[in-house]
Amino acid sequence: MKRLVWCVLALLAGCSTVRGSGDLGVVIERASGSVQVVEHSGETRLGRVEGLGDLSHASVVFSRDGRYAFVFGRDGGLSKVDLLERKLVRRVLQAGNSIGGAISSDGRIVAAQNYQPGGVRLFDTDTLSPLADIPARDEQGTPSKVVGLADLPGNRFAFSLFDAGEIWLVDASQPQAPKVKKFQNIGRQPYDALGSYNGRYYIAGLYGEDGLALLDTWAPESGVRRILAGYGRGEQKLPVYKMPHLRGWALAGNRAFLPAIGRHEVLVADGTNWQEVGRVKVHGQPVFAMAEPSGRRVWVNFAFPHNDTVQVIDVPTLTVAATLKPGRGILHMEFTPKGDAVWLSSRDDNKVVVVDTATLTVRRELAAVSPSGIFFSWRGSRMGM
Amino acid sequence: MKRVLEVLRLLMETAVLVGASLMFVSEAFGEELSAIRQAELRYLVRQDCGACHGLTLQGGLGSPLTAAALAGKDDDGLVATILQGRPGSAMPPWQAYINGAEAQWIVDWLRAGGQP
Repeated sequence: MKRLVWCVLALLAGCSTVRGSGDLGVVIERASGSVQVVEHSGETRLGRVEGLGDLSHASVVFSRDGRYAFVFGRDGGLSKVDLLERKLVRRVLQAGNSIGGAISSDGRIVAAQNYQPGGVRLFDTDTLSPLADIPARDEQGTPSKVVGLADLPGNRFAFSLFDAGEIWLVDASQPQAPKVKKFQNIGRQPYDALGSYNGRYYIAGLYGEDGLALLDTWAPESGVRRILAGYGRGEQKLPVYKMPHLRGWALAGNRAFLPAIGRHEVLVADGTNWQEVGRVKVHGQPVFAMAEPSGRRVWVNFAFPHNDTVQVIDVPTLTVAATLKPGRGILHMEFTPKGDAVWLSSRDDNKVVVVDTATLTVRRELAAVSPSGIFFSWRGSRMGM
Repeated sequence: MKRVLEVLRLLMETAVLVGASLMFVSEAFGEELSAIRQAELRYLVRQDCGACHGLTLQGGLGSPLTAAALAGKDDDGLVATILQGRPGSAMPPWQAYINGAEAQWIVDWLRAGGQP
C-alpha cells in the first residue's frame, strides 16, 4: 500500500523512475530529422526527439556519463540531446555541411568535421559555445573536405583532408589555441579513418589508390606510412556505390579488418606489423566491417545494390560463416556492449532488426522511419568512438 | 447480359492493346517513364546517390545536385556522368541500373528541383 502511494505521488509529480544511461542509444531517422531514443536491455523504444535538421549521413558521439548524445547533421547542425529526459538541449548551426565528430579524452571538447567550409571546429560540450576553428587548407590555400576525425589520448584529435591528401594531428590541450601538426603526401583521397582502441594508431583508407595510410601516434616523428599498398594488384576496380566507413570496431584482437575499395573483399592485416595476412571474399562492396566486442566474428554490410545482405566472418578461419537477409537497405549495425545482440537498421523496410548473435536469429523488430545510424551510449567510454 | 460481358471483354482487350502500343512508343522515343519507375528513380537518387550528394541534394563528398548547382551544365555532360561515372573522382558509372532515357529524366527532374 505504501508503495502504491509512492507510485501515485511519483506520477503526480511527473517524475519518471530513476534510471542509468548505460543501455541507452539513439536511432537516426534520416529523412525526418528525428532520433529515436532506445534501450537495449528490454529492446524498446523510449521516445523520439525531433527538430534536428538534415540527418542524412548523421553521426553521433556521447558524453562520458552516457547521458547526452551529440548529433552531427548534414546541414552543419550540432545538436545536444538529453537521453534521460528525451529532449533537445541545445543546437547550433556550425557549418554548411558536416558529417561527423569526436569528443576529447577529458570529455570537455566536442569537435565537428566539416565538408563546407572544410575544417574542424571545437566546441564546449556543456554550452556548445565555440572554442576554436581549424580551417583545412593545403599549402596552396585550397580548401579541403575533412574526413575521418578521431579522438586520441591527451585531448588530441586526428583527421584527414580528402582533397589535399593530408593527415593533421591536433593537440587541443589548450582548446582555444590548438596546435596542428601536418603530414603531407599521405596518399590520394583519404575517404575515412579510424583511431585504434588504445588511441595509438590512426589509419586512413584511401579512395584514390590501393592502400591505407597509418600514423603511429606514439612515434609521430616517424611520419605516416603506407600499409596494404597495391592490394588491387592492378586489376580493374569495380564501381563503388557507397563509400566504406572505418572506425575503431574494425580491429578484432590483433587483426584489422578493412573494406577493400572497388573489390568485393575484406582485407585482413596483422595489427602489430600491419602486413596483409589474408582477405575474405564477400557478397559486395563492403561498407562497414565491424568486429563483435569479443573479436571472434566480424559483421559486414554492403553498398548498393547488395545492401539487403549482411555477412558474418569467422575470425580464426577467415571464412564467411553466415549470410543474412535481415531487410532491405541495411545501412548500419551496432552491437550491445558485450555483443549478445546486434541492431541493424533497414532503411527501405522502415525497421530496426535486433539479431541474437549466438543463434543468428531475429529477436525483435522495431518500427523506425527510414533509419540509418544506430549508436549506443557505450561509445562514450571508448577511444576512437 | 452475355452481350454486355462481350462488350466489356472487347473494351478491355482494346485497352490492353492501346496500353501496349503506348509502352512501345515510350520505349522507342524515351518520352515517358512509368509512374512506378519514376518513383523508383526519385527514391534511388535521394537515398543512394544521396549517400554522397546528400539526401537533400546539397552535396557532401559529391557535388551538390540542386537546380542552381546544375545551371550552366549541359544535359549531355550530365547524362554521360550518370551513365559512365567520372574517372578520377568517386562518381561511379550507373549504366548497369539506369538507361539513357532514365538518366535524362533524372537530369530534368533535378533541374526542376528534385522533389521527392
